[in-house]
Amino acid sequence: MIRIPSWHYGLSILVVAALGFLAIGNLMPRQSDSRFGINLGLDLQGGSYLLLEVDMDAVIEERVSSLAETIRVEMRDKRIGISNLESDTTEVRFELREAIHFIEARDILNGLVTSDMVITPTDNRFVIGFDEAGRDRLTTLTVGQAIEIVRARVDETGTKEPIIQRQGYNRILLQLPGIDDPEQVKLLLGRTAKLGFQLVDISASAVDVRASGRVPPGSELLPSRDDPEVFYLLNKRVMVSGEMLEDARPGFDGNTNEPVVSFTLNATGAERFGRVTGQNIGRQFAIVLDDQVISAPVIRAQIFANGQISGDFSVEETNDLSLLLRSGALPAPLEVVEERSIGPGLGSDSIKAGEIAAMIGLIGVAIFMIINYGVVGVLAVIAIFANMLLLFGQLTILGATLTLPGIAGIVLTIGMAVDANIIIFERIKEELAAGRKLATAFKTGFNQATGTIIDANLTTLAAALCLFLIGSGPIKGFSVTISVGVISSMFSAILITRLLLALWINITKPRRLFYQEV
Amino acid sequence: MPMLRLLPTDKTISFLKLKFLTGIFSVFLVAGSLLLWVVAGLNTGIDFRGGFVLEAKSLSGPADIEGLRKSLGDLNLGDISLQEFGSESEVLIRIQSQDEDAGNGLTDVNKEAIKQVQQSISDSYEIRRTEYVGAVVGSELQQKALYAIIAALGSIMIYIWFRFEWPFAISAILALAHDVITTVGLFALTGIEFNLATVAALLTIAGYSINDTVVIFDRIRDNLRKYKSWSNIEIINFSLSQTLSRTLMTSVTTLIALLAIYFFGGAVLSGFAFAMIWGVLIGTYSSIYVASSLLSRFDLRPSDDDDMLPEHERNG
Repeated sequence: MIRIPSWHYGLSILVVAALGFLAIGNLMPRQSDSRFGINLGLDLQGGSYLLLEVDMDAVIEERVSSLAETIRVEMRDKRIGISNLESDTTEVRFELREAIHFIEARDILNGLVTSDMVITPTDNRFVIGFDEAGRDRLTTLTVGQAIEIVRARVDETGTKEPIIQRQGYNRILLQLPGIDDPEQVKLLLGRTAKLGFQLVDISASAVDVRASGRVPPGSELLPSRDDPEVFYLLNKRVMVSGEMLEDARPGFDGNTNEPVVSFTLNATGAERFGRVTGQNIGRQFAIVLDDQVISAPVIRAQIFANGQISGDFSVEETNDLSLLLRSGALPAPLEVVEERSIGPGLGSDSIKAGEIAAMIGLIGVAIFMIINYGVVGVLAVIAIFANMLLLFGQLTILGATLTLPGIAGIVLTIGMAVDANIIIFERIKEELAAGRKLATAFKTGFNQATGTIIDANLTTLAAALCLFLIGSGPIKGFSVTISVGVISSMFSAILITRLLLALWINITKPRRLFYQEV
Repeated sequence: MPMLRLLPTDKTISFLKLKFLTGIFSVFLVAGSLLLWVVAGLNTGIDFRGGFVLEAKSLSGPADIEGLRKSLGDLNLGDISLQEFGSESEVLIRIQSQDEDAGNGLTDVNKEAIKQVQQSISDSYEIRRTEYVGAVVGSELQQKALYAIIAALGSIMIYIWFRFEWPFAISAILALAHDVITTVGLFALTGIEFNLATVAALLTIAGYSINDTVVIFDRIRDNLRKYKSWSNIEIINFSLSQTLSRTLMTSVTTLIALLAIYFFGGAVLSGFAFAMIWGVLIGTYSSIYVASSLLSRFDLRPSDDDDMLPEHERNG
């Protein structure tokens, strides 16, 4: 008679029942709104995986150049002579004409420069740039904003349950289930959609400035969208920017019937637009989108909240443009650095292949165990099935994503999980061969095997955890199933197999355990 | 009557008689693998190198690879590799990045190239999968993979060091390195694509191989305590014989599962399964002929048997 403590029964039955319930619940047809359970990875259900990189250099360059512009205006207003004002991709530099203004200039700078930038004064020379921490803060902020905008734009396309998250330092991971051709999404994300209304600078002609290359301070030269050879000279100061939009909708012009985008400004925007247009009737202003002039109408009357943007658009373009304007401008350009798209056909083929491989692996291992160990082998096979229930139950609790390599991990677990059973059986066999009684052999065998099983499996677990750190989707799925499989196979061998074997010995009182005389 | 009896359990097999021959064989394998790795190099997939991959399935009949090679060659996209993938109607198309300077981003040039490829084959093929990896992301993935392998080997080493004394740890780690290096060598030899899944296989092989070694070492340590007058060789041969049927049985069940993946799991998994099948074979071999062989060369009973136990288990 082998005594098994009653907590042992309790624990085994409880764990198998609880996890088994979850696992079986998962294998039933899923309801579409169910948020609980194992998700299929993109490689199994089809979809797109996009890794986007936020171009921080562009953000910093823009910040630096706009700071240079502010310094120029501010120092001129305060009548402090400066020279050699220049900015590059990382910092602004300038010199004071007279050292006597040093303290005054420093105070002005302290008021102008945000806390994430560092002012380094030497003699009468100033250098202002980002330090490491400032750059990190700006990156975190920018990536966070970009994620919001990406989410808004992706939502507009009607993609179901997209996953959008920051990855690493300046990247955004975008997973789009069910979208195997992400062309439209890529087009939408490929544009920053920075909108601004700027007055045309009439102090010089754009053609002359372009020929001479000397842009007047405070102005900029931008190309037309329709004809890259046509340029406009514009005031750098933006009267109304995209953030002041309250709404943008595609529509048609009442007179010409051409496709346009109608917009509504918020209160701040309307007030500013009204003031500037009121003061500049008869002058030309430009509607600038992503550094291209879309159109440059003449102000005929004061305009407040409502207006429209026309510019030789197709209906589709007005749809996209109003979507982009509604969702807001990206704080920085995004670049696709990794893309993986899987069609639904391949996904369902993969699921089928995975299921077949799992079935054949399971049947093969079961036959082998039964041939080798007879009735005891049958008990091991029952333990494997319990192990599978535990595995799926754990995956359900973790809300894990099942990928194709993940299925491979499960199949591999079937093969490797019996190892713990084999170690136990072989130990018991040896004890029996050494002439011990069945009950003693059972006890010593299990006790000695347990240490070995834990040693051997913890090393596998260590390797699987390292694999988890490599990251990317499908492989992560593999490391999850292997880790979970290792844990549940230890549990099933040490507790469930022991329980089954003890029950079998107690009930049938066999004369032999294996194919050898006891 | 036993239906099947793999091995008699009461017989000791003199495994270590072959240790000189297998030692030479292993040195040859490792040296050859390193040489192949350096000379022939690995056929790294886009995960590590960057570029495009398209998986296409012929809408009717087998894929016409020669025809595809010709029509895609006309697009002047540089090095294009085509390969049957899984079944004869499916084909895997690999294209290098078209914009060397860009390094990372999916630039217009690259988008244009991929569009051309899609258009030129879309009449008779269904495009089932498209992947693009930027060169910078590729080299980052490569680095991450390397770190993961180092971290895995390192944590296994620390664990073994903690549980066993240093002769065991060194023998186990050398056996592990032997398995990982020869697996990489196999990929260099066969030219099978080396990608993230292969790295997953390498780490799993490391886990499997150490598992095998630990079971054997556990037994050796046991027997060192039980049979104080026996020599190293006797102890190790006896321990290997005792654990042999477990070693073989586990290898067989794992191989059954891997063969199922290799033959039925689809083309995406076959490279992974191939590496693992090799890994199980070499891992089983190395537990006996690298790890245990090496161990026999150490003085396993310096002065007192307790020295074979780590600090925390002494006098216990």
